[in-house]
Amino acid sequence: MTTNLLEIDDLHITGQGESGEPFEIVKGISLRLKRGEVLGLIGESGAGKSTLGLASLGYARHGCRLVHGSIRLGGKELLGAPPGLLRTIRGVNVAYVAQSAAAAFNPAHRLEDQIVEAAVQHGGYSIAEARAEARRLYAKLRLPAPERFGQRYPHQVSGGQLQRAMTVMAMVPKPDIIVFDEPTTALDVTTQIEVLAAIKDAIRCEGMAALYITHDLALVAQIADRIMVLKDGKLVEEGPTAQILHAPRAAYTKALVNVHRVGGVMKPPSGKIPSLEVRGIDAAYGLLRVLHDVTLRLDHGRTVAIVGESGSGKSTLARVVTGLLPPLKGEIWLAGERLPGALAQRSKDQLRRIQLVYQMPDVALNPRQTIEEIIGRPLTFYFGHRGAERRRRVLRLLEEVELPAGFAGRYPAELSGGQKQRVCIARALAAEPEVMICDEVTSALDAQVADGVLRLLLRLQAETGLSYLFITHDLATVKAIADDIVVMYQGKIVQQGRKEEVLTPPHHPYTDLLLSSVPEMELGWLDRTLAEREARKARGERVMESADR
Amino acid sequence: MKTFARMPLSAKAGLLIVLVFAFAAIFGPWLAPHGEAEIVGDVWEPFSTTFPLGTDSLGRDILSRMLWAARNTIGVALAATLLSFALGMTLGYVAAVVGGWVDLVLSRLIDTIMAIPTLIFALVVLAVLPPSLLTLILVIAVLDSTRVFRLSRAVAMDVAVMDYVEVARLRGERLPWIIFREVLPNTLPPLIAEFGLRFCFAFLFLSSLSFLGLGIQPPAADWGGMVRDNANAISFGLIVPLIPAAAIAILTIGVNLVVDWQLERSSTVRRRA
Amino acid sequence: MRAHPLLKLVAQRLALGLGTLLVVSVLIFIGTQLLPGDLAQAILGQSATPEAVANIRAELGLDRPAHIRYLDWLFGFLRGDFGMSLANKQPIAEMIAGRLTNTLFLAGVAAFVAVPVAVSLGILAARFRETWIDKTISIVTLAAISMPEFFIGYLLIYIFAVKLLVAPSLASIYPGMALPEKLGAVALPVATLSLVVIAHMMRMTRAAIVNVMASPYIEMAELKGLSRWRITVRHALPNALSPIINVVVLNLAYLVVGVVVVEVVFVYPGMGQLMVDHVAKRDVPVVQTCGMIFAATYILLNMTADILSILANPRLRHPK
Repeated sequence: MTTNLLEIDDLHITGQGESGEPFEIVKGISLRLKRGEVLGLIGESGAGKSTLGLASLGYARHGCRLVHGSIRLGGKELLGAPPGLLRTIRGVNVAYVAQSAAAAFNPAHRLEDQIVEAAVQHGGYSIAEARAEARRLYAKLRLPAPERFGQRYPHQVSGGQLQRAMTVMAMVPKPDIIVFDEPTTALDVTTQIEVLAAIKDAIRCEGMAALYITHDLALVAQIADRIMVLKDGKLVEEGPTAQILHAPRAAYTKALVNVHRVGGVMKPPSGKIPSLEVRGIDAAYGLLRVLHDVTLRLDHGRTVAIVGESGSGKSTLARVVTGLLPPLKGEIWLAGERLPGALAQRSKDQLRRIQLVYQMPDVALNPRQTIEEIIGRPLTFYFGHRGAERRRRVLRLLEEVELPAGFAGRYPAELSGGQKQRVCIARALAAEPEVMICDEVTSALDAQVADGVLRLLLRLQAETGLSYLFITHDLATVKAIADDIVVMYQGKIVQQGRKEEVLTPPHHPYTDLLLSSVPEMELGWLDRTLAEREARKARGERVMESADR
Repeated sequence: MKTFARMPLSAKAGLLIVLVFAFAAIFGPWLAPHGEAEIVGDVWEPFSTTFPLGTDSLGRDILSRMLWAARNTIGVALAATLLSFALGMTLGYVAAVVGGWVDLVLSRLIDTIMAIPTLIFALVVLAVLPPSLLTLILVIAVLDSTRVFRLSRAVAMDVAVMDYVEVARLRGERLPWIIFREVLPNTLPPLIAEFGLRFCFAFLFLSSLSFLGLGIQPPAADWGGMVRDNANAISFGLIVPLIPAAAIAILTIGVNLVVDWQLERSSTVRRRA
Repeated sequence: MRAHPLLKLVAQRLALGLGTLLVVSVLIFIGTQLLPGDLAQAILGQSATPEAVANIRAELGLDRPAHIRYLDWLFGFLRGDFGMSLANKQPIAEMIAGRLTNTLFLAGVAAFVAVPVAVSLGILAARFRETWIDKTISIVTLAAISMPEFFIGYLLIYIFAVKLLVAPSLASIYPGMALPEKLGAVALPVATLSLVVIAHMMRMTRAAIVNVMASPYIEMAELKGLSRWRITVRHALPNALSPIINVVVLNLAYLVVGVVVVEVVFVYPGMGQLMVDHVAKRDVPVVQTCGMIFAATYILLNMTADILSILANPRLRHPK
């Protein structure tokens, strides 16, 4: 019974609403954490998981209040405890790893001074002991040059390294529990796997318990012994990882597990003139060359997915195709017609035939225009529709994107993220384009909402024969909807072809790294992947590693 | 009405002050018992039923001059603020939306003018320009428009990089549509608050110039000038110069209270959106 | 070896500051010389005789081309030769020397009083954010900002010089005055200037600290169980330093200008008073010189603020 390190009972936490009135973020959650156990907390934005994580340190953010329930750490009650008691516990008995390490490290001090701070201040360590421990842990978390690493300032090391340094900071005083709050969310997928492996390894070796908070079920499945699924501040389901993954009981959990199982129909390549063709494009921002000799072809009614990490040049390619960034050299052809490089030189009709849908629907819709004005503008601008005719068409478009007609009079602020993205799609459709460029259209959305948007895009393609240029870093999305795949790395195309070809080995080493870094919804995926990489290295094959190492 | 009920006490007080002063500025000349420059009594007469606020250094009724001055002082400050906004906003939006060398040249020029303290620049220019209301309005407006330029350029820049503006550019929209339909409506709230602040600045600035004898010229009544005319009275223990000075202070505080509330409100609205 | 990037940044700011000074000198010159109409006529008024106008024109050298006159003026200025006053035919350098010292004395004493008070009040308001202490300080400073300097000045005169008889209403000082006497004489102008500057400086200090305290690294320090004192001194202060230094120096620049009105209120023999008098007399050479000195002080202080905040920024001090 007393083996529970952390016991939370019927915890209620309130936050402050728009005009100061309180509303509940966490609505009566109970939780148990045993010594050496890793508990995954999973949920979408607004589930209250971060608030709950902070509460296990007896902490509530500005405006939030721990109103009711109990939080006992090693038998000590933290809710309502005096600040003095909380200070002795925080950083020593229970430590925290934040999502954005870049913001959570103080820019004014060297890493090591911050890393040993809690241990030296109130963990009973001498400076020399704490430093030695920190250096041991740098090596453990595979940070470069462990002897010198701590001498650097936060802005002098990469994001993945900072995230590991923060894990070291949490571990130095040997706490019983570490709370990890989305520690890999801000990282590229190939870096994420490294950090995840390092964290997992360290937790196991040091025998610490952990609360691992994330929105990514596949990720948490690699590290957690047990998983709690949260939604809107309430517990949906709790169970061992294997049970959650293989035999989820709640409908919500089932949906989470089954996300990204959408699939398009295989389309044969058409022999006609391609909708869009890009030949030998070079592009640069000032002196910085970002695209090198990029050539690709998008056939009518098909989807080409461009994948790559941040900095691969995939979004720049979208800017070049739309004319926002005229290329240094190369040609862009739209259905057999060569397009001028610069936006200003393209005709109205050429502009109409390529439409762009953005990543962040929040900033892609003018907050001072109604949905009707937003969708109606291209109808007036390109086709001269006005009055009743325009209204009729706006309503048709809303129906197309599965939104109620009543939305026409609303403002964007009154819509959810997924609904806004549908409005963006409707606005693009209004221009009756041939090519639609989708720039990370689902990455700002929760998984289930994203799924709905993908289904919508597939349906629209089937109905209208639209061609999509789909830019994304998310391989699960690619697998779901692409016909062809283009893999970009440092401004160059490293591999391209039909989806089946690209996804089947042998791959280009970078494609291989990218593909094998995407967490899969199965137990032991992380260990297996890493073991595979080691084995292949041992056989002398070329295995690429994340640039972050 | 609902908004008024939900206003904090400080903003209600501010609004009341502004309304009272606006009333005085509009109807002052009709309310004033005596003419603007009419000598009606002895020098520095005390408060009495005939002269509720006493008389000034030339024996003119202070209450009447206060009321006449409301129109002069507030009117000139308001005209200067309006002109500075017309000038500053136009240049600011053009710089932000057009960008490139237009932005560069304008910004450098404005930065340099802003590097000179406003009062000092005004003194230098007023040393050679003829002392007229038009000169005053122009000088204050041009110097103040630099601040308006800075702000409107900054807010317009913030909006101009938004994806919805890019959407409009990709659609092939012309510059007027982009400025008036996409950018302008989203930049108005901070600029409205700024209008209050700039008015306070122009108003204090004009009062300071008048106090220094370089603003609105006698015999026209003006609060800053009235402080100057009656400054000596203070050594006789009379509060005469404090009356117009207090009027200046109270109106500025009133406008500031309203602006503070407005700023806070627009920041919460933005957070909500 | 490459120069430290910090040096490069500082050198850039220095160059920018000096460049600005040069352009400002052109603007001030244009402001007084190239305005529409004839300067000599403007100085003397419409009723002036043609001979008088011709005299002034000769005195100002108006027959020579503008750029030559500018260069003459600029190089004279740099050598300390400011030319002659039109009003009293005295060398401007002599008129200004004592006045400049007086103005710097007044501004210096005001800064000495205002900076510590403003920074402490700012820290206090930020520490007790959203309590009655903060709200009181905020309302009082808002009021102080809203009041013209002359209102505060005469109010202080009324209370302390006329009613309580504890301070002189006119701040007359003369060369050879002992320091304690001098300080007594400037008590009220110093108080007036300080009040206005404190209000500005305190509000900006508060904002800078509140901004730093909202950073995630402060939350992290709290989650590490550090004491309030250690969080403030070790985690907040080093990062708040750069903005606070910036605030302080910017307000010193403001102080140098605010001095003009205060000098007139207290009939203090400083540069501001001199400049205002000579604007009324349309004594262009004197106005030009005073304007240039005020502007230069202001620009140099702003440049100092920039450079100090670069030096205090940890990210710039330890480049990649």
